[in-house]
Amino acid sequence: MENEFLTTMTLTFELAAVTTVILLLIGIPLAAFLAFSKTRFKSVAETIVSMPLVLPPSVLGFYLLLAFSPASFIGEFLTSHGIRLAFSFEGLVIGSVLFSLPFMVHPIQSALSQVPRSIFEASYTLGKSKIETMIRVILPTIRHGLISGIVLAFAHTVGEFGVILMIGGNIPDETRVASIAIYDEVESLNYAMAHQYALTLFVVTFAILLIVYTLNKKSLEGLR
Amino acid sequence: MISINVTKTLNTADGVLNAKFTIEIRNGEFLTLFGPSGAGKTTLMRMISGLETPDSGVIEVDGEVWFDKSKKINLPPQKRSIGFVFQDYAIFPTMSVRENLLFAAETAEQKQGVDELIAMVELENLANRLPSTLSGGQKQRVALARALVRRPKILLLDEPLSALDPSMRQKLQDELALIHSRLGVTTLLVSHDIAETVKLSDRLASVVSGRIEKLCSPMEFFSPQTLSGKLQLIGEVLKIEEDAPVFIVTLLVGSSIVRTVASADEASELKIGAHAIISTKAFNPILIPLNTHKI
Repeated sequence: MENEFLTTMTLTFELAAVTTVILLLIGIPLAAFLAFSKTRFKSVAETIVSMPLVLPPSVLGFYLLLAFSPASFIGEFLTSHGIRLAFSFEGLVIGSVLFSLPFMVHPIQSALSQVPRSIFEASYTLGKSKIETMIRVILPTIRHGLISGIVLAFAHTVGEFGVILMIGGNIPDETRVASIAIYDEVESLNYAMAHQYALTLFVVTFAILLIVYTLNKKSLEGLR
Repeated sequence: MISINVTKTLNTADGVLNAKFTIEIRNGEFLTLFGPSGAGKTTLMRMISGLETPDSGVIEVDGEVWFDKSKKINLPPQKRSIGFVFQDYAIFPTMSVRENLLFAAETAEQKQGVDELIAMVELENLANRLPSTLSGGQKQRVALARALVRRPKILLLDEPLSALDPSMRQKLQDELALIHSRLGVTTLLVSHDIAETVKLSDRLASVVSGRIEKLCSPMEFFSPQTLSGKLQLIGEVLKIEEDAPVFIVTLLVGSSIVRTVASADEASELKIGAHAIISTKAFNPILIPLNTHKI
């Protein structure tokens, strides 16, 4: 029982960590596009990114499940290449990335749009390319936005339930994460175990948020 | 020699403006672009720097083509030998004063020059401070020194002093003059300030509605020869009050307030905040011996 608890908690945080890293990698370019692009396509992109904020997780999960099933075009393509996403960890990662996307993109986008244009231009006139400017000047400048994005995306993935239930099910050591486990234990009236999961999640997320916001406040003070 | 011949359609607050700039700038000179806001001064600077693209024309610097629409040449800002100082300083907030300058340095020689530049703008004691702890004047000095690190051919100053208080302005004007005479870098300044323009520039280009109307020395521009007053003062119009049948105009000349009368015609041409020349000789006693006049 104790072993199962550990596996579930490890899987929960592993999923959150992998999701957060992937989100950071796609979130920065996406946020830069949304903050600076002037194309008409931008409002469509903005809408798609924000959809998970208002859409019930079960809707997203339902469509992902359909897409992953071998009966669908995407699923058929994946199955023919030996990839199975439904009821697998990889599938959960894809679902979590989509579901937590706005939580990573929005803080970075808002931080980026607050950086004066002259900061970018000053770097260009000093001979630095757009990418070098982004890495050496802009990302350090918006670090509070990056930290907020990382924390929110991580915490939101830890707390995710609906999408995972739809596409992941409840397979120990593969798709059984803490939020699912709590539901499962309560269903089988095993309140002590449910409490163990719930309290752990409560304490760990509180600690992470507290540490990050304390650090963030200090780093912000250095900027003022 | 920098020769510029470009056009660009600008969307200004007063509508669309078809700007056409033709100007030759001499190497090593200090040229001020002077004129009302929205006339295209900043756009001209940004086109020289490559931050904005002209609709047509050519920009050539010492025989090197930076922009040529017909040949489809358009060097990006990174490839142009320029230093740009922005009105809002644009200091990188996460880097110290020295790091801001080192960021610009590309060669070992330029890195070595950083400390000399810091000394030139008198920031030795603040070299390791973060920008957030600096005053506006100090930040603008960092921006100025940073723009000089790469030894640019052209230094572009876009209203660099307009956000500073008058005493800091004067101090930085002195520093700018000193730096220009020491480094001899071709400098373009956008300014609204007459004292600043007269003090710093070799030549003045008057920019009005997207055209360079006049290119001359600042003194020639501000005191045209058609006026032959005994005393000429240039001041900023603070207030225009009607006191029938005349108008009372209050001006700021230097740091003193001057009140003078104006006719309705004169007053209608004055605008609050704009500059005006007060020219006077009527109050001087004119003495003429009676016997030379045949009555």
